[in-house]
Amino acid sequence: MKSAVIVFPGSNCDRDLAVAIESVTGTAPAMIWHRDAELPEGLDLIALPGGFSYGDYLRSGAMSARSPVMQAVIRAAGEGRAVLGVCNGFQVLTEAGLLPGALMRNAGLNFVCRDVSLRVENAQTMFTAHYDAGATIRIPVAHHDGNYVADAETLDRLEGEGRVVFRYAEPVNGSARDIAGIVNTAGNVLGLMPHPERLIEDAQGGSDGRAMFEALYAALG
Amino acid sequence: MKARVTITLKPGDLDPQGRAIQSALGGLGFAGVEAVRQGKVIELDLADGTPEADIDAMCRKLLANTVIENYRIEIA
Repeated sequence: MKSAVIVFPGSNCDRDLAVAIESVTGTAPAMIWHRDAELPEGLDLIALPGGFSYGDYLRSGAMSARSPVMQAVIRAAGEGRAVLGVCNGFQVLTEAGLLPGALMRNAGLNFVCRDVSLRVENAQTMFTAHYDAGATIRIPVAHHDGNYVADAETLDRLEGEGRVVFRYAEPVNGSARDIAGIVNTAGNVLGLMPHPERLIEDAQGGSDGRAMFEALYAALG
Repeated sequence: MKARVTITLKPGDLDPQGRAIQSALGGLGFAGVEAVRQGKVIELDLADGTPEADIDAMCRKLLANTVIENYRIEIA
């Protein structure tokens, strides 16, 4: 599997994501600086990491979404390549228009940094095929702006099309309908606030995140 | 020329920061603060003759997220 991790100024989970991908697939991803306007040929997976790109200036993810590399990411997503956005990566995907809605300040105003229970709502995506549908997993969150909002029509469409992939099973940040992660219409772009890359082996206190990378590896080779 | 862009959350959006400010004002003894909405103001110094359509495009492409925000342009 050929993969890349995009590095923005202020990304801080890029190496964690690279370690998780390499640990599961045996191949290190290319680390791509956000100023690069072209991506390597033949990528199967493009991952956008967590962090505080551009210091969250203007809005979380707003500046990064306009980085030169994002035009290439948008083209790759249109070609059906897998795109995974974690935390700040999810914010970048919404700001870039690859996923609907927006991520606003947590309803409780606090930065939330702890393991949370998530329900796997759709286990038929390339990202979640190694989870059981309806399973509850524990994955850490670490964010200030994770409060998912979209208009009622968009929320209904996401629900109706099975595009709500992960839902919080406990109060976390005030997200509409407890949404923690969604996919695009084609199912090849996933954004989620929790950090699966932080729990990939028992030494980290759990390994519930590993199945996502295993599913991608199985789907993409 | 100068332009001032005022960005506000759309009316339906919950504004947790506005709520916190409201609560803090109440804590300072200001009674009757019924709602607070927080927005932002962006001041632009522009070349003379910059078309308003360009400023509008700046708002739509970067300055505001029109999923959650409204914007207003004032040209001075």
